[in-house]
Amino acid sequence: MRVLEARNLTSGYGETDILHDVSMKLEEKEIVSIIGPNGAGKSTLLKTIFGILRPRQGVVRLGDEEITGLNPDKIVRKGMSYVPQVNNVFPSLTIQENLEMGAFVRTDDYRDRLQEMYDLFPLLKDRRNQKVGRLSGGQRQMVAMGRALMLDPKVLLLDEPSASLAPLLVEMIFEKIGDINKTGVAIIVVEQNARETLKISDRGYVLATGRTVFEDTGKAILENKEVGKLYLGG
Amino acid sequence: MAELIVYGIVLGSIIALGAIGLTLVYGILRFANFAHGDLMTAGAYVALFLVTGIFPWLGIPDTTFGSLSFGWRMTLAFPIAMACVAAASILFDRILYRPLRRKQSGPVIMAISALGASFIIRMIVIILWGADYHFYRPGVLRPAIMLPLEIKIRPDQILILATVLSLVILLYLFLQRTKMGKAMRATADNMELARVSGIDTERVIVWTWGIGGALAAAGGILYGIDVQLHPGMGWHFLLPLFAATILGGIGNMYGALIGALIMGVAQQVSTFYLMPTYKPAVAFVVMILILLVRPQGIFGGGRS
Repeated sequence: MRVLEARNLTSGYGETDILHDVSMKLEEKEIVSIIGPNGAGKSTLLKTIFGILRPRQGVVRLGDEEITGLNPDKIVRKGMSYVPQVNNVFPSLTIQENLEMGAFVRTDDYRDRLQEMYDLFPLLKDRRNQKVGRLSGGQRQMVAMGRALMLDPKVLLLDEPSASLAPLLVEMIFEKIGDINKTGVAIIVVEQNARETLKISDRGYVLATGRTVFEDTGKAILENKEVGKLYLGG
Repeated sequence: MAELIVYGIVLGSIIALGAIGLTLVYGILRFANFAHGDLMTAGAYVALFLVTGIFPWLGIPDTTFGSLSFGWRMTLAFPIAMACVAAASILFDRILYRPLRRKQSGPVIMAISALGASFIIRMIVIILWGADYHFYRPGVLRPAIMLPLEIKIRPDQILILATVLSLVILLYLFLQRTKMGKAMRATADNMELARVSGIDTERVIVWTWGIGGALAAAGGILYGIDVQLHPGMGWHFLLPLFAATILGGIGNMYGALIGALIMGVAQQVSTFYLMPTYKPAVAFVVMILILLVRPQGIFGGGRS
């Protein structure tokens, strides 16, 4: 079943289009990666899907519902969450408060969900009353993902989760992304760290200068010598 | 000297009520609200209107509590005036700041609009009550209590400290314990992330103005009880308000509280060496010194 589809998106900032006629889809329980060089429009694609940017053209559908042009605070209620690349936590709030803010729109008892997040990220549990501003980059990234998962979304959008992390942490974060996926969440990951991402991805899209230049299964992209040479740095 | 410090703490606690609101509004909306002092004036005069205009007409008795300078009238007027100024602040946001926000106006445009709003409030006060000094209860001097170290303090002043303390504790509990309070802190941290988390940031802004306005009104009334009312009172508070806010690190509520107490004490103690007319200059000097030495404030810098 298709959980998310973007068709013919053209989008950008102000007058400048960065994304040109890009289409993609996400099936249930998939991990799909969006890779490509700097400035290819990967983050712009995520922001457009999540309603932070309005597409000049094109349609975004979440499940059976069109969500084009809806604001993020509406989209988040419909079962899609987003983790920005930078500034993705509330630094002066504690870990627990960050997670509570992720559940802001919930009016029911979400203590079970909170416990599930601590099971997923055991490191966070002992420090739940610590301010997030004091945490390391890897721990912050876990808080950011936990915050986005509090609403139990069907779709999770991750913008460069491994950016500026030490190699050991990169591996750990990708492991966590796999764990999250196993709980039934379909995930789109935008990454610079292409090879690592493709290894855990069912499918991938290669973006360059705002256009989709290649799409295939993660494995096939990894094995494709030409794509490797042109877009994945040899 | 000890007495001046105590008076400074009283003045500082009044400044704190304004400074906390100013810093909350700055934390969320990122502009300097030059009208904040005049919200204090508005609160003081709404209470004056209730105490001397409405309540006598309603037949609420004019008796005072013990050796305090006020009674039931002020006790009732206090929360009502806070609510009125909170509502007025929210109204100002609706008709003035929100349209500007929608147009993504910069902080300078917002601050200058606030300056305009401050003139409007002050002129309305002058039109309705004139430019003279007013008192909630004219002509009554209340005896002071002697504390150790030859500190003279009026019962009113003790009540002012108690009132400020309870308001600050209430605000602390609100910010730390309630969902909306936490959402306010989250929005101050990162409004964009608050939005993508599903927090209704416009509702957060309404709460921020409401709380800021109510606290300012409380500060204005308490100053009116302690000293007197004047249309320019809030405007004159603006400098110490900003100095306290910057001293505490802009956007930091607990910093603003400490900053305000320091400002209050610095201003009062300065009268030991200087003429009282130089009090505003002391606020100014302190502000310049902080900006030169530690522009992020004593508690600033932790923010990313």
